Amino acid sequence: MAHRVFPREEYLLKGHAACPGCGATLLLRHVLKALGPDTYLVIPACCTSVIAGPHPRSAFKVPVLHIAFAASAAAASGMVEALDRLGKPGNVVVWAGDGGTVDIGLQALSGAAERGHNIIYICYDNEAYMNTGIQKSGSTPYKAWTTTTPLGNPGFKKDLPSIMAAHRIPYVATINPAYPNDILYKLRKASGIKGGLKYIHAFSPCPPGWRYDPSLTVKIARLAVETGIWVLYEVEDGRFSLTGPSRSLIKKENRKPVSEYLRVQGRFSHLTQEDVDEIQRLVDEQWERIEELISEEKK
Amino acid sequence: MSRLLLTGNYAAAYAVRDAEPDVVSAYPITPQTPIIEKIAEFIESGELSAKFVRVESEHSAMAALIGAASVGARTYTATSSQGLFYMYEVVWWASGARLPIVMGVVTRALGPPWSIWTEHSDFYALRDSGWNMFFASSAQEVYDFTLISYRVAEDSRVLLPTLVGWDAFEVSHTYEPVALADMDKLRSFLPPKGSWKPLLEASEPGSLGNLAYPDEYIKVRLEMRRASERAKNAVEEALRLYSSVTGRSYWFFDCILCEDADTVFVVQGSVFGEALRAVEELRSRGEKVGLVKLWVYRPFPFGELGRALEGAKRVVVLARASVFGSLSPLGADVASALKLRETQAKLFDVVLGVGGVDVKAEDILGVYRKVLDDGERSFWWVR
Ligand SMILES: Cc1ncc(C[n+]2csc(CCOP(=O)(O)OP(=O)(O)O)c2C)c(N)n1
Ligand code: SF4
Repeated sequence: MAHRVFPREEYLLKGHAACPGCGATLLLRHVLKALGPDTYLVIPACCTSVIAGPHPRSAFKVPVLHIAFAASAAAASGMVEALDRLGKPGNVVVWAGDGGTVDIGLQALSGAAERGHNIIYICYDNEAYMNTGIQKSGSTPYKAWTTTTPLGNPGFKKDLPSIMAAHRIPYVATINPAYPNDILYKLRKASGIKGGLKYIHAFSPCPPGWRYDPSLTVKIARLAVETGIWVLYEVEDGRFSLTGPSRSLIKKENRKPVSEYLRVQGRFSHLTQEDVDEIQRLVDEQWERIEELISEEKK
Repeated sequence: MSRLLLTGNYAAAYAVRDAEPDVVSAYPITPQTPIIEKIAEFIESGELSAKFVRVESEHSAMAALIGAASVGARTYTATSSQGLFYMYEVVWWASGARLPIVMGVVTRALGPPWSIWTEHSDFYALRDSGWNMFFASSAQEVYDFTLISYRVAEDSRVLLPTLVGWDAFEVSHTYEPVALADMDKLRSFLPPKGSWKPLLEASEPGSLGNLAYPDEYIKVRLEMRRASERAKNAVEEALRLYSSVTGRSYWFFDCILCEDADTVFVVQGSVFGEALRAVEELRSRGEKVGLVKLWVYRPFPFGELGRALEGAKRVVVLARASVFGSLSPLGADVASALKLRETQAKLFDVVLGVGGVDVKAEDILGVYRKVLDDGERSFWWVR
């Protein structure tokens, strides 16, 4: 793969209001570099609506429509149609948290996907409602502590990328802030695909929400991939493929134990050995399904 | 100038066709549905060159228009009742963001129990949202005020979304002859496309709607308030210009037989027809009664209405809304207009026609008898 030079231009400016070590901000910085200046951001209520900094200023060097929580994909639909009708160029990108995507915004996202609107929809998944104080979302992992699941989440994380792939959209991918080249590659690919909605699900560590030291963000992000808890992949026109370091993890022996990932985060500190074993079992099961999927496609 | 036999809903669709919006989005709900079906037909047949976004909910319908208008598109949607309430959050987003979106509200009662018939409670729920609000009482008025809405909304002194309400079935589904505007003249009436600067442009990155601290928040709200005050002039000018273009003249309200009237009824919407019958009947008996039909609800014409009602002894508001624990919204506004002018008139606030209950001239004659015989109760419901 050719060496990809990172654009020097910054679109996320100094003075933004994110916490130190915010994974979302790392992601957004790279995403905007990949997409360039002709990018319209649509942002629902979430941490990023605060990260942007207070009115009338903005820490983003691209136009931003901040919109009601449930409405981002629909607002992007209207924007895409209007730009098209008015003959103006531009990428329309939704940047939304997991709550705004897998829960309250899912109806609008599903509608925009079904209509085939030319939107790049990015969910930065910090696995809880962080802006309102770390409450459980539909994307919170099994057993994770949140302020509304003080004993650990009894439910399981919703698999939104699969739900989106089932909408027959042209592109679904996952990204992770520990792998910026992969972000650049996938976002550029997404912006090159014109017919339909492109859905990107981003792993987004959050120091206060996950209870770890802000210096560990990239380490935790990498461990998520190396333990196989977070899988880097693409689904292009329905075809699934592993990408980057996740490719070699189909072999179980290449995966680090999940305890390495869980151990460094306060939100999992209450886990018993049985809980950790159970999570390991779930991750292994997930990889068996991936293996089946890949061999199914090879047939 | 051509005339067509149209329902209120089709009249709205024709007005939208003639206003040439760029983006229309909508979600079906009885009794609004024929509007969006007709607009879809216009677009498919090429009579209207616009994008139609078939959204999956009313919340998304308004959000899509917010997205579209924020980059400079002229837009339209319509809804009713439950749909409007589902859209409610984003309706405020549209006005706070100062986007000149135009919407039709076919007024319908709210559940439970389910009702598809008319009532104005859905319309009144938007009264503090910052939208300019008109009410039409016939298909012709629906057509006219939909066009007028575009001029007011896109006026650079205003830039506030604007809506027109009309009654379910009694106006939405009743055919009437409607005179359409001459397209050449209409082009001189409507603001040219692109006459207002879009808030979001890639060449000039700005942001719309981010967090505001109290001092900045109140600045934005004060600016909205000033815009709404300026909207009164803009409305008056638009109405005057519209009449020079079409020959049909409108004002904030129409005052019929008001000059020497002791008792004046105030109505909004399709009740007007039967109210006029009642007033004519009373006049033929020598009773000094008049009738106000209100077209402009926000910004509310307090001064103008107060002045028009100055000579009256009794003002009887006939409001079509379920209200509990207070006056009707229309009654409260008229009461303010009377009080602000220090008029001597006594106010009667009568709720009638709730949930589509038929209102007949006889009912209004009954109200008149009650007002004369027993003036002690100031507000009540008529079945
Ligand atoms: C309709 C509505 N309900 C609730 C809220 C309050 N709210 C604002 S941000 C937020 C949490 C957002 O969570 P998520 O989408 O996961 O993004 P994060 O804050 O984690 O970045 C909530 C619940 C709101 N703004 N609007
Ligand atoms: S709470 Fe988490 S996601 Fe939100 S700004 Fe802080 S680190 Fe980022």
